[in-house]
Amino acid sequence: MRLSSKVTTLLILAAVIAIAPVFFPSSYYFRVGSLIFVNGLAVTGLVILIGYAGQISLGHAGFAGIGAYACALAPVHLGLHPAFAALLGAALSAGIAFLVGRPILRLKGYYLAVASLGFGILVSMVLSNEAQLTGGPDGMAVPELGLRGALKAIGIDLSNTEFWYAFSGFVLVLGAWLALNLHHSPTGRALRALHGSEVAARTVGVDVAHYKLVAFVLSAVYASVSGSLLALQNKFITPDVAGFMHSIEMVTMTVLGGAGSVLGAILGAAILTTLPQVLTIFQEYEQLMLGLVMMLVMIFMREGLLPSITRRIRGRGE
Amino acid sequence: MPELLQFLLSGITVGAVYALVALGFTIIYNASDVVNFAQGEFVMLGGMITFFAHAAGLPLPLAALIAIIVTAGIGVALNKLAIEPARGAPVVSLIIITIGASIFIRGATQLVFDKQLHRFPAFSGDQPILIGGATILPQSLWVIAGALAVFVCLWLFFTRTLIGRAVLATANNRIAAQLVGINTNYVMTLSFAMSAAIGALAGVLVTPMTLTGYDVGLALALKGFAAAMLGGMGNPKGALVGGLLLGVLEAMTAGYISSQYKDAAAFVVILAVLFAMPQGLFGRKSTDRV
Repeated sequence: MRLSSKVTTLLILAAVIAIAPVFFPSSYYFRVGSLIFVNGLAVTGLVILIGYAGQISLGHAGFAGIGAYACALAPVHLGLHPAFAALLGAALSAGIAFLVGRPILRLKGYYLAVASLGFGILVSMVLSNEAQLTGGPDGMAVPELGLRGALKAIGIDLSNTEFWYAFSGFVLVLGAWLALNLHHSPTGRALRALHGSEVAARTVGVDVAHYKLVAFVLSAVYASVSGSLLALQNKFITPDVAGFMHSIEMVTMTVLGGAGSVLGAILGAAILTTLPQVLTIFQEYEQLMLGLVMMLVMIFMREGLLPSITRRIRGRGE
Repeated sequence: MPELLQFLLSGITVGAVYALVALGFTIIYNASDVVNFAQGEFVMLGGMITFFAHAAGLPLPLAALIAIIVTAGIGVALNKLAIEPARGAPVVSLIIITIGASIFIRGATQLVFDKQLHRFPAFSGDQPILIGGATILPQSLWVIAGALAVFVCLWLFFTRTLIGRAVLATANNRIAAQLVGINTNYVMTLSFAMSAAIGALAGVLVTPMTLTGYDVGLALALKGFAAAMLGGMGNPKGALVGGLLLGVLEAMTAGYISSQYKDAAAFVVILAVLFAMPQGLFGRKSTDRV
């Protein structure tokens, strides 16, 4: 029996997450792994927006910031459990994306890029300027999620880094499963249709504005949850999470690995998350190398790493 | 009243810098449909190279000239090595390529030069000039004059010279331009050289007031991009007006509302303008070809 590409992707993802720890020499690798999964989640959301719907956003870190600060602020001010704070952050992000999305998504190409960039910068500016609430550029502490303690009570004893590796890995697989399901749903088909040609999609009855908004809101929720996970695992958060560079990193990861494929984009997240860790040996050359990698991949592998490589392998096989 | 005038003067100075960056964006966008996010790095290079050439003992005008020529060369290299090979790539890829180029240039600068902030002396001293109760630095006048001069030269270039018209023809329709015998590759090279030179000039003019360092480019690129979009991408008049408007707006916000939120004002206005006029203030309406 031939497995569908959806099942294959999920199996590969789950297998890599489950087997990789066997080769981890120290707990530091669990930490890098969980960072990859957190970034991977945000990037999976961008696959829906960039890869499926063909829209661009240079401001999605704004939603990550909302998710992160919801986890920091809601437990203190509203007395919510951090898990519900993350849900509140996701709901808030969805609401804001819904309100901002409709006017923004009327724009195209570079105009959409500058509008979304402006939105992201406004969010990060509020986070760093409202110091009495958010601690300003110095950041603020985030309460413990408490799930690790609950697991311990039922006999599963994990170290902090192990727990976050497993938990963010689990959320990533869940997120990938949802995104892959969407791809094969009527909504996913509508998104891909409007990606191909908005006019053509409209003539066959696709409500273009509606479906673009759906993609925008969904990707905002992914970014928000990713921000929440980052805040909860670091137990500390600064406005950098909402900064322009974080938005750029997210888009670069997505496009580098292959915006059209969930697995490819997660691969992009893995590469760009580990690259700075590897390059610390060449600290002086870090920016130089990063810039070079971004340019080379985009020039020579336009569809991104994974789609380009699989195509090359298939081409050779035939 | 002197307060208002003061804010206006400092706004126009900052706005002139944004206008110069936006003009650089406009030229490259017109020739190649690429928004070059490395535009801010040209400004940084202009300032940095001038500083180090001046520190090595060269007189300031010569140092500035060298900086502008070297930066123009880097602009041409950017076109040949990164933009031309990626022709026809989607907008997202082009954005990432030019952002990659900007990170690369920043990394190279910190290796070749250093990570310190630098300044060189102002062209006509640091004695503020009094105008109706407000003051302005002589260097501000240099910046404003520079922006206006560049705008006038570009306007003459695009309307009065054959090669300028060739650039406009290429912008309009690349294949048609090739058919009537325009060397579009040359037009691209020229556009990148001009755009980089204008960026470097902005860096030379502004460094005595704002200092320069390897990482000042990104913020300038974002503001210049915003200014160009505000005016309507691809329109030199829009770039000038958008830049000045953005600068004045920031100065007014900083003066009357909150200096922390001065950058916010710019982006709020841009969002508002784009919602009402999706093509910017001076942009033409575009239609899709299916």
